Amino acid sequence: MTGEIGQFALCLALALALVEAIAGLAGAQPANALARRVAAASAAGLLVFVGLSFAALTYASVSDDFSILNVAQNSHTLKPLIYKISGVWGNHEGSMLLWVLVLSVYSAAVAWSRRGSERLTSAALGVQGLVAAAFIVFILFTSNPFVRLDPAPFEGAGLNPLLQDFGLAVHPPMLYTGYVGLSAAFAYAAAALITRERDWARAARPFMLAAWIALTLGIALGSWWAYYELGWGGFWFWDPVENASLMPWLIATALLHSALATERTGAFRSWSLLLAIAGFSLSLIGTFLVRSGVLSSVHAFASDPTRGLYILVLIFGAIGGALALFAWRAPGLEEGTAFAPVSRETALLLNNVFLTAAAATVFIGTLYPLVLDSLTGTRLSVGPPYFALTFAPIFFALLLLVPFGPRLSWQRGDLRAALRTLGPAFGIAAVAGVAIFAFTTPRTLAGAGAFALAAWLLAASVVDVVRRGWRLLPAAALAHAGLAVTLIGVAGTTLWRSEALEVLAPGESMEIAGYTLRLDDVVGAQGPNYQAARANVTVLRGGRTLAVMHPERRLFPAERQETVETAIRTTIVSDLYLALGDRRDAGHWTLRAYVNPLAPFIWLGALVMALGGFAALWSRLRRPRAMPAAHPAPAE
Amino acid sequence: MTPRKRRRLAFAVALVAAGAGAAALVLFALKDNVLYFYSPSDVFAKHVPAGVAFRIGGLVAVHSVSHGAGADVRFTVTDGKSSVPVDYRGVLPALFREGQGVVALGALDGAGTFSASEVLAKHDERYMPPEVVDALKRSGRWKETP
Repeated sequence: MTGEIGQFALCLALALALVEAIAGLAGAQPANALARRVAAASAAGLLVFVGLSFAALTYASVSDDFSILNVAQNSHTLKPLIYKISGVWGNHEGSMLLWVLVLSVYSAAVAWSRRGSERLTSAALGVQGLVAAAFIVFILFTSNPFVRLDPAPFEGAGLNPLLQDFGLAVHPPMLYTGYVGLSAAFAYAAAALITRERDWARAARPFMLAAWIALTLGIALGSWWAYYELGWGGFWFWDPVENASLMPWLIATALLHSALATERTGAFRSWSLLLAIAGFSLSLIGTFLVRSGVLSSVHAFASDPTRGLYILVLIFGAIGGALALFAWRAPGLEEGTAFAPVSRETALLLNNVFLTAAAATVFIGTLYPLVLDSLTGTRLSVGPPYFALTFAPIFFALLLLVPFGPRLSWQRGDLRAALRTLGPAFGIAAVAGVAIFAFTTPRTLAGAGAFALAAWLLAASVVDVVRRGWRLLPAAALAHAGLAVTLIGVAGTTLWRSEALEVLAPGESMEIAGYTLRLDDVVGAQGPNYQAARANVTVLRGGRTLAVMHPERRLFPAERQETVETAIRTTIVSDLYLALGDRRDAGHWTLRAYVNPLAPFIWLGALVMALGGFAALWSRLRRPRAMPAAHPAPAE
Repeated sequence: MTPRKRRRLAFAVALVAAGAGAAALVLFALKDNVLYFYSPSDVFAKHVPAGVAFRIGGLVAVHSVSHGAGADVRFTVTDGKSSVPVDYRGVLPALFREGQGVVALGALDGAGTFSASEVLAKHDERYMPPEVVDALKRSGRWKETP
């Protein structure tokens, strides 16, 4: 029964999404008050029925209902409960259902938030209804998770063991909250074009912030997972799938900044609309890259050409439709007040120029191999050296300018006053750079520069907080300080990482960065759904035992797959990272060890950035909802 | 010029300048920092010079894997037509087996041996790297298996 309930609920949800789309768009006309109420009610209904459908699939997975093909292909009776739940979105069909669930949550939130005028909200609901309907059709016709299997097998095929992990249980919902949150900003932007409302940026801001926070945390979780699960000791591989999540983040960051100006003085009105469209388009492109199977990675669950084609049509429909709407309606938009060359607006403009340029380099590096392959058949890959040459300098230039923004006033700023308050920060940065250059090895200008830059950002944030006090939740200062913390982590790990690889027999030792690692023995162990070879490695420093670490290799018989389980001992300022390699003859094992100085700062920084986002969101939600009377809607 | 026009001009100029800068960087970086993918047959057909980094893909030849001192491994990558010996020092991926698909990253040394810095194998039983499938198809050794 569960499967049929889920299927039926999803069909009803499709009908409600269509009603929401039609009523919402009709409600954009001032006279249609009834349509607006219908749109809001169907947004609530959409959430209920998509929720029901998702609950049905979750129930089927938890209760091992292998008569449902999706559960039979991706679950197993021995799989721990948490992975039966997370396994719901650990496959293509379920993850698409999760996408629609998150979308309907946002749609209901838009209906309830009542920020912006009634007409704006209604048109935004209409656009969200359209997007939801397109995705539900996609699920029902190309990726139905409720397809039955007859006869039902006694046992499921199991879930990719790499995905059986806590970090990866949380990573997709978090990332989707970000991706789909950009659809809310997109919906408001389209609604603003339809209704010619001025105040869309203010209405959409909480959703932009929520999306940005979720993207930040989602990307950080993914990178953390890659760090401890893949066993390569790295945190970012410039994998196309990673890039697919980084591009929306860069554009969302640009949007957060430009929308600030749009909201405040009306500057960059059209540009902010374009960014909102671009952000969601990149989310869709990311979904296409990840789900269509054009890329080979853990994320490519299935390679079914019809799915890729459908998503491609969806992308062209969304981007083309939105851009056509933009070309038609944007020229009539009212312009904001003028600003001087030295002003907050100019700073935000530079921020946007650098962020979009950075996003463009990532975009080209990610899509170039695909385009070249389809045009000429030449297979090549674009790796870290490309991104080190393009993305890094652009982002460094951006970081250099970050502290100026919050110090300049709107419309006309005082550069000298800004420089004065930044004096101490500049001093600290110079000292930090020189100290790193003089006292550490290897002696590189780039390394010293990175640390100077981090010190510059951190000190400027501290100055900011001291000047303004904690009472005004320092959102920008926190977010910018988070960037600095991440930069410290990236620079420290890249500059000072040590790596060692040895083949050891039990009792033998190896050395790395002052540590002695003694392989005591490797024993067999039995997990709930895997068998493990578990090493006992004693860590010594100066003859003193510090810890016993247990890197593992796990064999999952149901999935016939082996995974590496790293052991990491962290002191926050440094990680000792062990991965057990392959077994060589006569009881010898390869053991790979890394010392990654400052590695935890990478993810700590993301957390601080997200905190900054939360601070902004909190201060935004405490404000009254009503529109100021000084901004009447412009006449049509 | 009105302030509005001036602002638009400034914005356009900044965007164009940044775009040009980024494009120059991208072109420069793409020229020297992409890795081509070659099958063993390509390596011979295209006379890939020593020292140029690329990715090679094919099957690990049966009975070709031998372990040297420490973590040293030698094996041969083949696409059925041609074979290239590979030298690698490091941990082999969990699903590295003779007769299975593999992709390695590195460069040829003077003696025609591919010195690999990274070895990737397919990461589950059902999956084969698309480049390897492609290379095998081109050499005519690809068999559709269920």
